[in-house]
Amino acid sequence: MASGPHLSFDRVSKIYQSADGPVHALDGVTFDVGRREFVSLLGPSGCGKSTLLLISAGLLPKSGGTITIEGKPVQGPQTQLGIVFQSPVLLDWRRVLDNVMLQIEVRRLRRDQYQKRAEQLLASVGLEGFEHKYPFELSGGMRQRVAICRALIHDPPLLLMDEPFGALDALTREQMILDLQKLWLESQKVVFFVTHSIPEAVFLSDRVVVMSPRPGKVEEIFTIDLPRPRHLDIRETKEFAAYAKAIRDIFQAYGVLKDV
Amino acid sequence: MAMKSVEGEPKGPPATARRGRVPAWVTNYSYPLGAIVFLLVFWEIFVNAMKLPAYLLPPPSLVFGVVATQSKLLALHAVTTTMEVLLGFVMSVIIGIPLAVGIVSSRFFDRSIYPILVSSQSVPKIAIAPLFVVWFGFGTFPKVLVAFLISFFPIVISTVVGLRSVEPEMIYLIRSMGAGPMDTFRKIRFPNALPSIFGGLKIAITLSVVGAIVGEFIGADRGLGYLLLVANSNLDTKLLFAAIVYLAAIGIILFMIVERIERALIPWHVSRRTEVILESM
Ligand SMILES: Nc1ncnc2c1ncn2[C@@H]1O[C@H](COP(=O)(O)OP(=O)(O)OP(=O)(O)O)[C@@H](O)[C@H]1O
Ligand SMILES: [Mg+2]
Repeated sequence: MASGPHLSFDRVSKIYQSADGPVHALDGVTFDVGRREFVSLLGPSGCGKSTLLLISAGLLPKSGGTITIEGKPVQGPQTQLGIVFQSPVLLDWRRVLDNVMLQIEVRRLRRDQYQKRAEQLLASVGLEGFEHKYPFELSGGMRQRVAICRALIHDPPLLLMDEPFGALDALTREQMILDLQKLWLESQKVVFFVTHSIPEAVFLSDRVVVMSPRPGKVEEIFTIDLPRPRHLDIRETKEFAAYAKAIRDIFQAYGVLKDV
Repeated sequence: MAMKSVEGEPKGPPATARRGRVPAWVTNYSYPLGAIVFLLVFWEIFVNAMKLPAYLLPPPSLVFGVVATQSKLLALHAVTTTMEVLLGFVMSVIIGIPLAVGIVSSRFFDRSIYPILVSSQSVPKIAIAPLFVVWFGFGTFPKVLVAFLISFFPIVISTVVGLRSVEPEMIYLIRSMGAGPMDTFRKIRFPNALPSIFGGLKIAITLSVVGAIVGEFIGADRGLGYLLLVANSNLDTKLLFAAIVYLAAIGIILFMIVERIERALIPWHVSRRTEVILESM
């Protein structure tokens, strides 16, 4: 498949069966993520962002609609991708390097071919010298950076990230945002990025998909027409502020965001 | 990605170093040892002050005298009991852990075996122990069987609980790597269950001692349980206490061995646990 979107959602819905009745998490979600595109999914807490991400990876059954990756319908777990969850999800019993190498082991790739790359990736996120520590010896932010390396080690064409920087402090977060942009610019990857943060979404994305509160629907899709590579200063420009305001207005209209 | 570590190093040196000049084992052992010494001294003074006869309550000095003079006899019986305890425990591990794996991975096992197992626990094992003598005679096997029956339940339960309590994200993660059930078990479920399994093993080893003694009470011609009965019928209370000292030592040493193995196998868990205890102090 040379043309067409990389990842495509068509009227995707999800109903959770819970103890006190069905929970309607997603309702008719339709949009595409193109090749080499960086798309953010932005929405209030509980609107179904994580759910959509898990469904798109084939890890959670959907209740209706179709999802395709490279034209093929998603049925069952997809392996041509890397995932970063909201929490680091490191294996406590493995040292940092072995946590990253889990990806290689399970995929039956050759360990000796990836060991060096794993070390380089860890070094690139400031974890040089921590390769042989256990996760409990790291800070929360360091753990999340290990999780990011684990999602990148096998160089997947698609990167799914669920609020990967949510647990980081503001400074590390800015650095990670810049690093992610660089990584994306240098690679051919498609990134599907879930976030709560309007500036983060606008800064990183080609397009921002804004979702409504539960049941999650696509409210609006913004194409962010700002030059790349973007620098942190871009957040002070009129154009950037206009995008952020337009998105904020949607949340205000929903009452998710209340101004005084 | 060129990036500086903005967050800096993890806070402080490791826990063991943070305790300061007093080595960890000193603080670990000095409290219980101090408490025991205090108790023994109190006991000695109490018995002497009340002028209690030795057949009622011998002072610790006399008990330890017997421990020393009768050490050959006691050790001989202790070896028998220890063998029974260990065999019962090993049998529990060999049967209990695979059974738990079966319960977790098969609906059939879960529905059929598990309820039977749980309800069978309401039958006191001591009540069926005499039956084993009828079936298997006075040898080692019936004692091992009682030790096994008492100690294997906590192993099964703790293993089942451990294997089941996995964060869903961990399963998602490894599935996205293309893992099948075997990989998921080997790389996630089993290691994740180890702390819980060791919790069960520690209970099991102490219960196994109880089981072996119960087995010996029912019918035996050697072992510390047998010695206890003999000493009791001869009103040789000093020997009785000496046997108890041996029994306690066996229990403590076996427990510590299990803890050592735990420490060696799951250092990641043990260190984290120490940290939590330190912070709560
Ligand atoms: N396993 C589940 N069973 C029942 N309901 C669920 C389950 N998982 C999620 N939900 C519900 O579905 C809705 C969407 O959840 P989801 O985790 O996708 O939200 P989210 O947009 O990722 O929120 P956040 O930004 O806080 O992470 C929530 O209202 C939640 O209560
Ligand atoms: Mg979420």
